Amino acid sequence: MSALRIAGVRKRFGAQEVLKGIDLEVDSGEFLVLVGPSGCGKSTLLNIIAGLEAPGEGTVEIGSRLVNDVEPKDRDIAMVFQSYALYPTMTVRQNITFGMECRNVPKRAQDEAVERVSRLLQIDQLLHRKPSQLSGGQRQRVAMGRALVRDPTLFLFDEPLSNLDAKLRVEMRLEIKQLHRRIGATIVYVTHDQIEAMTMATRIAVMHQGEVQQFADPETIYNRPANLFVARFMGAPPMNCVSARVVSAGDGLAAVIGAGRPDAIQLPLSREAEAGAGAFKDRAVVLGIRPECIAEEDRRFGADERGSIAVEAPVEMTEPTGAETIVLMRLGGEQLLGRVSPDVRLPVGGNARFAVDARKLCLFDPATERLIA
Amino acid sequence: MAEAIRRQAPLSRWVIYAVLILFAAFYLVPLLVTVLNSVRTEQDIGSTSVVGWPRELALSNFGKAWGTYCIAQRCEGISPFMLNSIMMVVPATIISTLIGALNGYSIALWRFRGDNWVFGIITLGVFLPEQMKLVPWTLVLRDLGLSNTITALVFIHVIQGISFTTLFCRNYYVAIPPDLLKAAKIDGAGYFRIFWRIVLPLSPPILIVTVIWQFTHIWNEFLYGVTFTTGAQQPVTAALIALSVSVAEAPQYGVQSAAVLIAALPTLLVYLFGGKYFLRGLTAGAVK
Ligand SMILES: Nc1ncnc2c1ncn2[C@@H]1O[C@H](COP(=O)(O)OP(=O)(O)OP(=O)(O)O)[C@@H](O)[C@H]1O
Ligand SMILES: [Mg+2]
Repeated sequence: MSALRIAGVRKRFGAQEVLKGIDLEVDSGEFLVLVGPSGCGKSTLLNIIAGLEAPGEGTVEIGSRLVNDVEPKDRDIAMVFQSYALYPTMTVRQNITFGMECRNVPKRAQDEAVERVSRLLQIDQLLHRKPSQLSGGQRQRVAMGRALVRDPTLFLFDEPLSNLDAKLRVEMRLEIKQLHRRIGATIVYVTHDQIEAMTMATRIAVMHQGEVQQFADPETIYNRPANLFVARFMGAPPMNCVSARVVSAGDGLAAVIGAGRPDAIQLPLSREAEAGAGAFKDRAVVLGIRPECIAEEDRRFGADERGSIAVEAPVEMTEPTGAETIVLMRLGGEQLLGRVSPDVRLPVGGNARFAVDARKLCLFDPATERLIA
Repeated sequence: MAEAIRRQAPLSRWVIYAVLILFAAFYLVPLLVTVLNSVRTEQDIGSTSVVGWPRELALSNFGKAWGTYCIAQRCEGISPFMLNSIMMVVPATIISTLIGALNGYSIALWRFRGDNWVFGIITLGVFLPEQMKLVPWTLVLRDLGLSNTITALVFIHVIQGISFTTLFCRNYYVAIPPDLLKAAKIDGAGYFRIFWRIVLPLSPPILIVTVIWQFTHIWNEFLYGVTFTTGAQQPVTAALIALSVSVAEAPQYGVQSAAVLIAALPTLLVYLFGGKYFLRGLTAGAVK
């Protein structure tokens, strides 16, 4: 069943068009993450779903009901704000019960709901405190609690973790994910952190300049980015995107980085890739390759030996992170990032041998920046 | 070089002190003279001058000024007029503050068509001189049948005060994060519930400022008092004038000074007890 359907939603503030025709459909029980850089319109879209902002054009359906003209309180939603928006003069308990009070829920039921939620979120010790007496993480929990006392069709989260420190953020990320699994709710979650998007989502909508660039599951977003923006936005470090040329090699096609140079590198294209790349034979393309597809020379990618290509390249810089070492190298005159095992010692300034995984190459049209293969 | 500065600093500081003390003295001399005269007997003042130290402490001036002194043929002192002022200032302050809070809340936190215009027009009232409004008010009061009543003054001060109270409250409420309102709307709270349960509990700092401002302003107001009320209906500021002109025999500076001090007492008390809240409230934010 579809929990949320957005069709052709546009919004402008004055002369600026903030949303340029958004279409999304979310099934019941899904965890949709809206991700994109600051100012791309994520919060505006969430506010339109919540009914706090009216769309200029288009329709919003929640639980198969058209809600364009329905008040926020009657949309059967609960929302967690980036600023938490706890009522400063109320205690934690009052913050949680305020919504039920407005909906005339009987006192007994209110107490039961507070009990259930405060135990779930481990805030039962804090119920008599004011928000100013809570830590950032505790406030975040209370904000979640305020949403969880309802049993809505849709939960809306607007960057709920962005005010927490890195460690707490990772913890809460796991907790929210577990919570989603436990209560099976439908969640629309806004963030500009691509790691949050990858780790929590069942589906991701990548937004940029008021448009959905790609709407797909995390694996597709990561491995088959629909365009160069998505390719560069998702993943840390980001995908290497360098210019290349499609040529024929044997009975198939290959992409060449630095064509015509003595240090040119030729990477064979997979059978699936050849279908799309055929039209670009002997033309320039943008080649996308994830840093983890360039590793130390004895690395084997998958069971198939042929996927792995040996190359030699000058090492320009290394960045040990502990778990791995990020290496900046030069291939066919282009700078690329690779990720090698931390115990490989690389000669900075000298040459080293690497293995390249050619199975997951992405090719983009340099003019339209769209994925072609 | 450094030494020169050190030697210079005390001198310039003394100059600053001297100037400040001089101005403070200038400003305080009238108050001092009034306080001194309020405890001098009439003979004392008559035999020397209006400026002088009391020979003996005559506290009876205060009793006379309060209860028996004759003003405009009535010998009840200023106490009835003090009561008039209280009857005027208390409702006018409370009502104008509440309306200001509601106005400020609507303008700051709810978007509606022309909201900036409404705010601009309301605050224009802050800049209009009282004299300009005398004739319109006369007509309005006559048509409402409120001429020469305390109710008329309450009415005028409520309306006139809305400009200031709205300005104060609106400027305080714009600092309330919009997310708070969004959360409340999703929780299902409406216009009045949000005001009552969320905005008003955040308001004590600005309400104190507004109440103090309105109280002192309305209490000290004079022009409307003399223009729209006569005789027994006058607030104390207007009655004090009658007190100084109605004296047929020799002027009684002692009693008059005592009367002035009694009339000024409420605002002085407000200053003494509320002053620090006033300053604190002016600089406070809505949400810490
Ligand atoms: N009420 C408003 N009036 C005018 N412009 C607005 C308003 N709200 C948002 N905007 C503009 O719309 C654009 C999108 O804003 P929005 O808050 O949706 O971005 P966002 O993707 O949530 O960004 P962030 O990650 O920083 O929260 C921004 O350029 C912003 O300046
Ligand atoms: Mg936002």
